[in-house]
Amino acid sequence: MSLFRLSITLLLRDWRAGELRLIGLAVIIAVAGMTTVDFFTDRVSQVTEIQATELLAADLVVGSAEPFGQEFIEQARNMGLNTALTVGFRSVAVFDDRLELVEVKAVQSGYPLRGRLLVSEQLFSEEASSRTIPRPGTAWPDARLFQLLDFNVGERVNLGSSSLRAEKVLTYEPDRGGDMFNIAPRLLINLADLDATGLIRPGSRATYRLLVSGPGDAVTRFRDMIDDHDEYDIRGIRDARPELRTALDRADQFLGLAVLVSIALAGLAVALAAQRYAVRHFDVCAIMRCVGADSAKIIKIYFFQLLVLAVVCSGIGCVIGYLGQSGLAALMRGLVARPIPAPSMTPVFAGMTAGVMTVLGFAMPQILRLKHVTPLRVLRRDLVPLPVSNLGIYAAAIACLVLLAPWKPDNMDLILYGFTGLAITGLASLLATRLAIHWLNRLRSGVGIAARFGLANVVRRAGLSTAQILAISIGAMVLTLLVLVRTDLLANWHNRLPPDTPNYFLINIQPDEVDEVTKFINDRAGLALRTYPMIRARLISINDEVVNPDDYEDERAQRFARRTFNLSVADTLREDNRLTAGAWWEDTSDNLFSFEEEFARTLRISLGDRLEFKIADQWISGTVASTRWVDWDSFNVNFFVVANPGTLDGYPATYITSFHLAPENRQLLIELVKAWPSITVFDVDAILKQVRAVMEQVVKAVEFVSGFTLLAGIIVLLAALQTTHDERRYEAALQSTLGAGRGHILAGLVAEFAILGLIAGIVAALTATVAEVLLAEYVFRMDIVINPWVWLITPMLCTLLVVIGGLAGTRKILSTPPVLALRQT
Amino acid sequence: MEQSSKSVIRAQNLGKQVAGPAGILTILDNISLEVKYGESVAITGVSGSGKSTLLGILAGLDLPTRGKVFLDNTELTALDETGRARLRNRRVGFVFQSFQLLPSLTALENVMLPLELAGNGAARELAQAQLDKVGLTARIAHYPNQLSGGEQQRVAIARAFAVDPLVLFADEFTGNLDRQTAAQVVELLFRLNSERDTTLVLVTHDESVATHCSRILTLDGGQIQPHVSV
Repeated sequence: MSLFRLSITLLLRDWRAGELRLIGLAVIIAVAGMTTVDFFTDRVSQVTEIQATELLAADLVVGSAEPFGQEFIEQARNMGLNTALTVGFRSVAVFDDRLELVEVKAVQSGYPLRGRLLVSEQLFSEEASSRTIPRPGTAWPDARLFQLLDFNVGERVNLGSSSLRAEKVLTYEPDRGGDMFNIAPRLLINLADLDATGLIRPGSRATYRLLVSGPGDAVTRFRDMIDDHDEYDIRGIRDARPELRTALDRADQFLGLAVLVSIALAGLAVALAAQRYAVRHFDVCAIMRCVGADSAKIIKIYFFQLLVLAVVCSGIGCVIGYLGQSGLAALMRGLVARPIPAPSMTPVFAGMTAGVMTVLGFAMPQILRLKHVTPLRVLRRDLVPLPVSNLGIYAAAIACLVLLAPWKPDNMDLILYGFTGLAITGLASLLATRLAIHWLNRLRSGVGIAARFGLANVVRRAGLSTAQILAISIGAMVLTLLVLVRTDLLANWHNRLPPDTPNYFLINIQPDEVDEVTKFINDRAGLALRTYPMIRARLISINDEVVNPDDYEDERAQRFARRTFNLSVADTLREDNRLTAGAWWEDTSDNLFSFEEEFARTLRISLGDRLEFKIADQWISGTVASTRWVDWDSFNVNFFVVANPGTLDGYPATYITSFHLAPENRQLLIELVKAWPSITVFDVDAILKQVRAVMEQVVKAVEFVSGFTLLAGIIVLLAALQTTHDERRYEAALQSTLGAGRGHILAGLVAEFAILGLIAGIVAALTATVAEVLLAEYVFRMDIVINPWVWLITPMLCTLLVVIGGLAGTRKILSTPPVLALRQT
Repeated sequence: MEQSSKSVIRAQNLGKQVAGPAGILTILDNISLEVKYGESVAITGVSGSGKSTLLGILAGLDLPTRGKVFLDNTELTALDETGRARLRNRRVGFVFQSFQLLPSLTALENVMLPLELAGNGAARELAQAQLDKVGLTARIAHYPNQLSGGEQQRVAIARAFAVDPLVLFADEFTGNLDRQTAAQVVELLFRLNSERDTTLVLVTHDESVATHCSRILTLDGGQIQPHVSV
């Protein structure tokens, strides 16, 4: 007990004396960074399902081209499910003599089953959530329709045979994004008014949807029951918005990398600070040994000290993390549904563990040196325990990081690259420093006295200089890498969506319409369209074994095995596709398929497998000839499965195409829809905007979390400079005693820091470039861009930063009277 | 006193050699000595004569290259470092030239340290009493850097006597003090020593300090010169 009390007393005193501040700060920063991300991901994972249901406005949506029978709806209700019907169709709304093509959605009370409608009382006034739907006889147009028809809230708009009073402005409907039909403005009406409009007659083109929500198992049972009905298009929460999920996954990777690096940097700072702490405590330990403390007691005292420090600082880090996550949540607003639930307390446990492990893993090897302090040191101060073996330190540090790593099991690749990057930086620093020291030593006779003093110091303290350069270069490498990732990789991602990225998709083009539509678009917009056939098929067997959804554990695989998907035909391998296995087909009469690699893996389909598909009421079989990687981000038309020319001839197909249309040509689409009513137009612009916005938010989030990495880097710099602080102070005092002026001492320090900073900067530029190339190639799968500026800016900034930081950290040296410095050393 | 006839310290054929740039350097050469309970012994000699090395070995802070040391009938040289630390804690007190106080602890906490390490439940009271005895009642909450050299050495003396040691080792304990303060500290140390009947072994350059002792051992070239009784 008294040992513990003694530990606390020593801890408090050392903290007040500033001895432990860097260790504490490093832990706070690492834990704050980690828990910020953890709290946030915890919240995100909680809302993922809510978000997905919101995008559907239900737990399950059953789509049909025909109205649902009352019996069908009753079945759902009997299973304890809530239901709401919607009917969507295109028509013309009229105000005065103005006509506008609108997307009408007639909804039943209860809609939306998940999420809320947002409305405003006037155009562009404040929006509020609504628990109701338009009352019979009224309609809620969106702002665009108000503007296009130039009318106001309270005025009446004609729809078919009905005249409806525009009561509110519709600003948000949860399942609008899911529809992706943004071509025409929206008009929301009550389903009860639908008949009176006279617009829906037998054979009219309308999309009927039955929205279903309720207990998870009931939803699953209902889905199972209707799954075999090909006439229904069933969408569950897992089918929602893959492009957003990709963005979130990518965000998660960036954040994971930033956090891992913060922890590694914090560990480095802890190790450096602990090294100095240990050296400064040799005397204390010798005295304690002298008055009877054995080595075990000494280690216990310092272990308790570190433990208490780690727990307290980790606690503070967790609190900052909790506050930080709200900042992150604010930056990521819109990516996650509202309201976002409060985070659980699970990250606190992970944060505390990480904090304690960082301190113990990185500081204990240094502190263990104190075990070997001989009590004889009280008589002979030159007796210093042997330094800890570097192998021991690295082993402890790596063990600690490896143990910490699994907190993000999804990011194992990233962690591996992170470790490799750090290890390479370490080795490069070591090599560069040794070479530089060897080379610098030759320069000594050719430079002025201040530079000579700086050079001499770097060379004389070769071991410490190496450690300092290592620490600074790792910090600088990480920061450089973050900037590179931010500017190069993300800019690259942006650039990959060039201005002419397709913004419209046309689907449901009948074979006999293809030529006319192509000609129409070519004549009117000067675009040469490429159309692709789409043949809906269901996978029946693989190598003569019948595909049974239940054979797959993966939900995605079950879904693919259960539902129909689109096959297409390709004669050549597209630019945004890359073969990953097998060979592209030559002229052949065989039936061959090429699978998207992820899709093949999910369904456990391999090269050479013989597959059988059912298309309408016909069967077709063929062999898997290749697998492809597909760049889904290109927004071009792409398919999971394509067949070689000839294989799908004669099977019922519709056609799809995509193109980029300038906003001023949008009128063309209305004409197109009028001329070919069966064609459906997808407006991708809205999705693109959303994805771009998502990336912007991801960038901001990464920058926010990188703030912790930056702080950790600065702590490393300070800790590295502190390791030689006492020695520098003594030397400055000695020089001053011998008559050196303040300017001379300052110049020597500047020269030394500049040399350290320059070498570290060059190493950082080199390793960051290598890391960027590896990240681009293997993690983000983007084209490699080498940024030449990094070779100039990083060494310059690094030199400047180390000189400024070094002088700031050593200003006391210059202000301490030499006699005091000499006496205290 | 019956104890006084027995030896509290017995050293037999002590030798200490270290490897130096010029080969093996002999610091202590075949030293045998005995110190009786309650005796005060001064070890003197020129710089480099091996005084501090001998003190370190007798106190169990260091081990000889050969020979044996017995402290209160326990063979120090046969104990491991943990055993020696335990023995130091219970039987030995130290006073050093550079005071050797823990800068992080107050005067009171410094004196409490050996008592707490020994698991003494009344550490605070005992430490306070010791500081009273050395005249530092008003300074117990001060940190070493807030005390003068003389005051720091008085704290060190209070700490040395706190565990009621059998033997007190002192190494040049007036070396960092001015003449007047040194005289006060010497007076204090010898007064407490005589009150407690503690055995005192001290290393000093200062003849005036050495003459306070009942015996003076002079080291030269690692060997004890024929001794002079005072």
